[in-house]
Amino acid sequence: MGAIRLEKVKKTFGTLDVIPGVDLDINDGEFVVFVGPSGCGKSTLLRLIAGLEDVTDGKILINGTDVATEAPAKRGLSMVFQSYALYPHMTVYNNIAFGLKMAGESKEVIEEKVQSAAKILNLTDYLERRPSALSGGQRQRVAIGRAIVRNPAAFLFDEPLSNLDAALRVNMRLEITGLHQELKTTMIYVTHDQVEAMTMADKIVVLQAGRVEQVGKPMELYNSPANKFVAGFIGSPKMNFLGGELAKKYDCHEIGIRPEHVAVSTENGEIPATVKIAEHLGAETYLHVEADGYGPMTVRATGEVPLGEHDKIFLTPEQDRIHRFDAHGLALGKS
Amino acid sequence: MESKQTPLGYVSFSVFAWIVGLLIFFPIFWMVLTSFKSELEAVSIPPSFISFDWTLENYAEVQERSNYFKFAMNSVILAVGSTLVGLVFAVTCAWAMAFNPTKRTKDALLWMLSTKMMPPVGVLVPIYLMFRDWGLLDTRFGLIMVLFLMNLPIMVWMLYTYFKEIPTDILEAARMDGATLPKEIIFVLLPMAVPGIASTMLLNIILAWNEAFWTLNLTTSDAAPLTAFIASYSSPEGLFWAKLSAASTLAVAPILVIGWFSQKQLVRGLTFGAVK
Repeated sequence: MGAIRLEKVKKTFGTLDVIPGVDLDINDGEFVVFVGPSGCGKSTLLRLIAGLEDVTDGKILINGTDVATEAPAKRGLSMVFQSYALYPHMTVYNNIAFGLKMAGESKEVIEEKVQSAAKILNLTDYLERRPSALSGGQRQRVAIGRAIVRNPAAFLFDEPLSNLDAALRVNMRLEITGLHQELKTTMIYVTHDQVEAMTMADKIVVLQAGRVEQVGKPMELYNSPANKFVAGFIGSPKMNFLGGELAKKYDCHEIGIRPEHVAVSTENGEIPATVKIAEHLGAETYLHVEADGYGPMTVRATGEVPLGEHDKIFLTPEQDRIHRFDAHGLALGKS
Repeated sequence: MESKQTPLGYVSFSVFAWIVGLLIFFPIFWMVLTSFKSELEAVSIPPSFISFDWTLENYAEVQERSNYFKFAMNSVILAVGSTLVGLVFAVTCAWAMAFNPTKRTKDALLWMLSTKMMPPVGVLVPIYLMFRDWGLLDTRFGLIMVLFLMNLPIMVWMLYTYFKEIPTDILEAARMDGATLPKEIIFVLLPMAVPGIASTMLLNIILAWNEAFWTLNLTTSDAAPLTAFIASYSSPEGLFWAKLSAASTLAVAPILVIGWFSQKQLVRGLTFGAVK
């Protein structure tokens, strides 16, 4: 069981308001991802939930009990750190067993729990090794093992995959998602990578400057972003924002259109443009273009497209995929 | 620019280093040599290097006149005792400064270190009077307290620079794992800081062993360490170079041996944080 509720959680460092006041509901068993640019306060928010930082004001309810002033260990949460934070002087076995030893579990219980965690994470052959003798992926698995054995109310992940190379990151992403399906424990996952957020989350919390910009399912955020910030942050490559005539036509300050929702033609279309750079990825092609009267845009064409520098093309945004924003950057709803 | 050492540069550098090394080592060498001479040869001019009658009679006489082992034992107790007491305070202090710093932590550290620049003689009278009134004169306990307080700033400083290198994440992980503060320090911080603690202990044992001002002023016999043992040979009866040398050799020998075997540790400890 691990339902977490934040009520007006506030954090200031000196005179700096890092988290001006956050309200958030996390349901039992949910996989929630905090995402935002670096310095947006997502890690601080996680550390407040963990108890590694003290809240300046507000309540943190875990299963209905306010734990805002409790020590980290009393909150029944486990955390996986970006740097793995393994104990370098202990073997893998002792790293995983440390929390259980601190809880005063018997040797038999420790043995059983460590062995079963090691089995889940494919670490059985490495139990007698030191962390320094493991690869990055194995270290991260040990860190996860250390979190699992304590049977926590919720797992907290602080950018756990940032130190891994790209291929391993995809693997570990799948492993963590698989783990969540198996354990069905609440997980809070912090990342700056919107791809991780989109692929793993049940619910995404987009943060900027300590404020929650939007909370929702990945596809909700993709299809109906609440404002320009969320629209620009979720989705890769970034959404294009266009003002001018086109915005007037849709009766708003600015329109937003995702690169994958623009039709590309060499013959006719709404916006004439010149290709600056074409990135050919095989399955798709990203065209970075200069649109006449609108400036730089990015569009995505499927498959191989025989276009290159200086080629003249025409772009046509898909009508029903256009997002409208007012002068404050707030979404206006479909026209 | 590529900086390659020319053979000539290398040789002249080595020669210079050897000269400096020998200059530093010469007094110790001369002291050891003199301890094997007779009193007459010890003061003869020109001095003889190797060609003299080697004798052990100075050592015999020194041992006969005063109980070397009693002084040595006091030295061990004072050096080790003050270091262990110091460690308890220094570890907790350095932990607080390294992992929970405030705006004034650096200032506090510098201030602590600056007390080492104060001439000890400036506080001799008050400390002497306190020792007299509290019955601490010539007691091991009193001296351990003084030596531990004298060296505490250096211990805190060394441990602080060492602790700074330990990632906070690991301590936070221990906290998440349910370790209380004492357990966090004992099971996680200290094992990771073993090299730093070892070099801190070594340096402090050496500093306490060599400390002469307080040991000479606050002891007479019961708690007197080897420094007092040496000093007793520069007696009113005149200087006996050979016996003084024998006494000094006996006094510095143990610490010299420890220092020799732990060179690497010491250098690493002293330069920690300075080089990455």
